[in-house]
Amino acid sequence: MHHTVEIENLSFQYPDGHQALRNISLHIGPDEKVALVGPNGAGKSTLMLHLNGLLRPSEGEVCVGGLPVTDENLGQIRAWVGLVFQNPDDQLFNPRVFDDVAFGPLHMNLPEEEVRRRSVEALAAVGMENYADRISHHLSIGEKKRIAIATVLSMDPKILVLDEPTAMLDPRSRRSLINLLREMERTMLVATHDMRMVEELFPRTVILDGGQIVADGPTHQILNDEPLLEAHGLEKP
Amino acid sequence: MHFHVADAYLDTGSVLHRLDSRVKVVITVLLILLIGLTPMGAFGAYVGFFALMMIGAVLARVDPWLVVRRSMVALPFAAAAVTLVFTVPGRTLATLPVAGLSISEAGLIRFVSILFKSMISVQAAVLLMLTTHFTDMLWALGALRVPRVLVAIISFMYRYIFVLVDEAMRLSRARDSRSAVLAGQPERGQSVLFRARTTGRMIGNLFLRSLERSERVYQAMLSRGYRGELRQLSPPSLSGQDVLVGLIAVGVGMALTGISLLLR
Repeated sequence: MHHTVEIENLSFQYPDGHQALRNISLHIGPDEKVALVGPNGAGKSTLMLHLNGLLRPSEGEVCVGGLPVTDENLGQIRAWVGLVFQNPDDQLFNPRVFDDVAFGPLHMNLPEEEVRRRSVEALAAVGMENYADRISHHLSIGEKKRIAIATVLSMDPKILVLDEPTAMLDPRSRRSLINLLREMERTMLVATHDMRMVEELFPRTVILDGGQIVADGPTHQILNDEPLLEAHGLEKP
Repeated sequence: MHFHVADAYLDTGSVLHRLDSRVKVVITVLLILLIGLTPMGAFGAYVGFFALMMIGAVLARVDPWLVVRRSMVALPFAAAAVTLVFTVPGRTLATLPVAGLSISEAGLIRFVSILFKSMISVQAAVLLMLTTHFTDMLWALGALRVPRVLVAIISFMYRYIFVLVDEAMRLSRARDSRSAVLAGQPERGQSVLFRARTTGRMIGNLFLRSLERSERVYQAMLSRGYRGELRQLSPPSLSGQDVLVGLIAVGVGMALTGISLLLR
């Protein structure tokens, strides 16, 4: 098993003709943590939706864990890739927290004991073990973001794909979320505008702009290239 | 800023709260059915059913008056039956001075019976709501083999109605903060047509947002392995005590209805 992401010459055009991604090639190795940055509308979310087959390339190929993203592999790939959406109100669609965390493993046809065990463990992993019977609507956004991550941890994914995990969080919730991500040893691709988190957490950074990868390298190198950052609407932390 | 429905659930931790939610749902549905089957004018049985509800309220450690008060919501609906008083043939009790309407005894009995029956039925439902958390009720419906799609629709409704109301409140606040008037200028917001148009746009906007949200939610479901079939963790087995409570409650109801049918 190798928890890799291999994207070759991926291009994607929305049905309305908008060219969202152009000729993207990206390789992410096992347990590598990569930050995906770029201005709004650069195509970050579109790229992420390709990683578990929610969107399919117009051209090129996406492989996850060595398997190409095709209809036959879809179930396996969705079990490997834990995709967490930006807005926890989209991610948490059950009234009760526990049911949301159990949704993934339950739909993977795992035995019920295993589903319960994994759900309890996933909630504990994000420090929310006392929230199992709470109603999602009554929670703060910081709590919801943590639980949103638990909803994919319960599936024991090999690759975590997070869309703006620290957006809309107050400093304390942001800090606790960063600590949580730091402790997780998994292949990770995280789209964010939080450049201070990028500097702190991710050894490698990819800049996406206008649907193209314009830079890909060690974070310290990219964050010190001020002309590059400025050209793509980014700021040095 | 969040919108919270004053949840009907009241946690007193009573025996009725701890009773299995499947049993409570079945008791409630069967009792309502039995109340419906009780013949007109069987006032003794109505008193019996009412007493059952009040015993339930005491067991649930909620104010019995609260249960009665909440059941008043049935009154406007039951009032639709008021025409029976004048239309059912029977011994005339009195004649109204208007339009030659006369009150018949049979009609009056029927009307009062409907009033009582509907109120007691609602009391049963109110008791269920007071003692069962909404998520437990959904779980019970699923465990009782109510079609998954129906349960899922209710579940999504419960999850997102608050989110939607929050969104509507934000929209209307945004409208209010831009509804400024300059000194000496006529106030446009006074016109009903103008307001209707703004409200219409807000509703359209809300609809579009919901549509987009539903797509994102569906993507989130697919990402976590949903393939067109909703699954639920299987329910634990019922305890004998829970079943016994259910049998007693339904048994009393059946006795009341049965006796009143025999005495008719």
